[in-house]
Amino acid sequence: MLTPWLSWICALLLIAGLYGGLIYAPPDYQQGESFRIIYVHVPSAWMSMFVYVLMATAGGVGLIWHIKIAEVFAKSCAPLGASFTFLALATGSLWGKPMWGTWWVWDARLTSELILLFLYLGYMALQSAFDDRRVAARASAVLALVGLINIPIIHYSVEWWSTLHQGATVTKLDAPSIHIDMLIPLLIMALAFKLYFFTIVLIRSRTEILEYECNSKWVSDLLNETEVSK
Amino acid sequence: MWRDIILAFRHRAELFNPLIFFTMVIVLFPFAFGSDIGLLNRVMPGTIWITALLATNLSLEGIFRSDFDDGSIEQIILSGYPLTLLVIAKITAHWCLTGLPLIIIAMFTAFLLSFPEHVLQTLFFTLLLGTPVLSLIGAVAVALTIGLRSGGMLLSLIILPLYMPILIFAMLAVENKMAGMSVDAELYFLSGMLVLAMTLAPLATASSLRIRMS
Repeated sequence: MLTPWLSWICALLLIAGLYGGLIYAPPDYQQGESFRIIYVHVPSAWMSMFVYVLMATAGGVGLIWHIKIAEVFAKSCAPLGASFTFLALATGSLWGKPMWGTWWVWDARLTSELILLFLYLGYMALQSAFDDRRVAARASAVLALVGLINIPIIHYSVEWWSTLHQGATVTKLDAPSIHIDMLIPLLIMALAFKLYFFTIVLIRSRTEILEYECNSKWVSDLLNETEVSK
Repeated sequence: MWRDIILAFRHRAELFNPLIFFTMVIVLFPFAFGSDIGLLNRVMPGTIWITALLATNLSLEGIFRSDFDDGSIEQIILSGYPLTLLVIAKITAHWCLTGLPLIIIAMFTAFLLSFPEHVLQTLFFTLLLGTPVLSLIGAVAVALTIGLRSGGMLLSLIILPLYMPILIFAMLAVENKMAGMSVDAELYFLSGMLVLAMTLAPLATASSLRIRMS
């Protein structure tokens, strides 16, 4: 029921964020116009980690209390998280080419993001290896929880290794070192990404549940209802 | 645990296979890179570590396979014997049979390649701290994938990303030592990971085994 609302707000925010990011925000004094890719890069990087934590938490909830919805939710998270991770990596390397002069460097943050992508892929592979959905959900939840130790490593890698990647510019508590005109579109974009994720994940979970319960009575009732109303 | 070790000794071929694999892969590297000592010295620690990862990975399936196939794991779960304890014993046995000999062989091969001695010590410590973590994390993944159709490939898929942080820190330690810097931080970190894995991995393995049996 929430889905249409979420998708409309998401579309609005996405347009606002893109406008703000691509047109309104002033060009960077060092990087010129090409810094604008952060409006896709940074939100997707945030989302990639956020989704993983969410997925592992949902998996854990499903594991402990045997809640089917949580299992389904965790399963629907994985491909989305993987695509966010991939997007972050792809936009990052597109940006890296003119800025650092190379597509890829073996820097800690990039590497951690790549590991995160592998974690997602492993999770999905394990998920699809089982025939029984319940066993699949619980087994991969264990894997997601084990992989969760990787999230702090990703987050603190910037501090631990001295690297080429620029430090975080937004989450510094005292004063963000990013100009406010650039920051606002970025935050809007982040919000838009988040809503996008929730929209898609809800749709995916719904499909998943319908598919799983396709033999039960309420699903056939629902199908009959829609057919009658047509 | 003793039973496992004894059993392993009865199947001597299986026991030695990972070790022979390890030695052979290491010997392959000089052929690939040429016998230039300077270059070899630089790539050697990495080679040893990556080969250790692969050898552990290949030998991991053996931890639970026979017990899974003949159903003894099911029996143990039913009998109410603490599964975590059993898992700890199995992992310890696995490490004694692959990790420990691997370290010894690694030291020999390093001598073969005239590796500087003070760095060798660091390499030894990273392996000593790292290989148990490999066995521990690996056990979780094995418990999850055992008996699946594409188990072996899947095992590597899930396990290698989890191994990467260990590899990174081990390599940082060796590099720092080569540059003449302190390696305490990396070694502490590896020990931290070891303690973390020791506390959490057996529990995770036991619960994944239960999930697989349910």
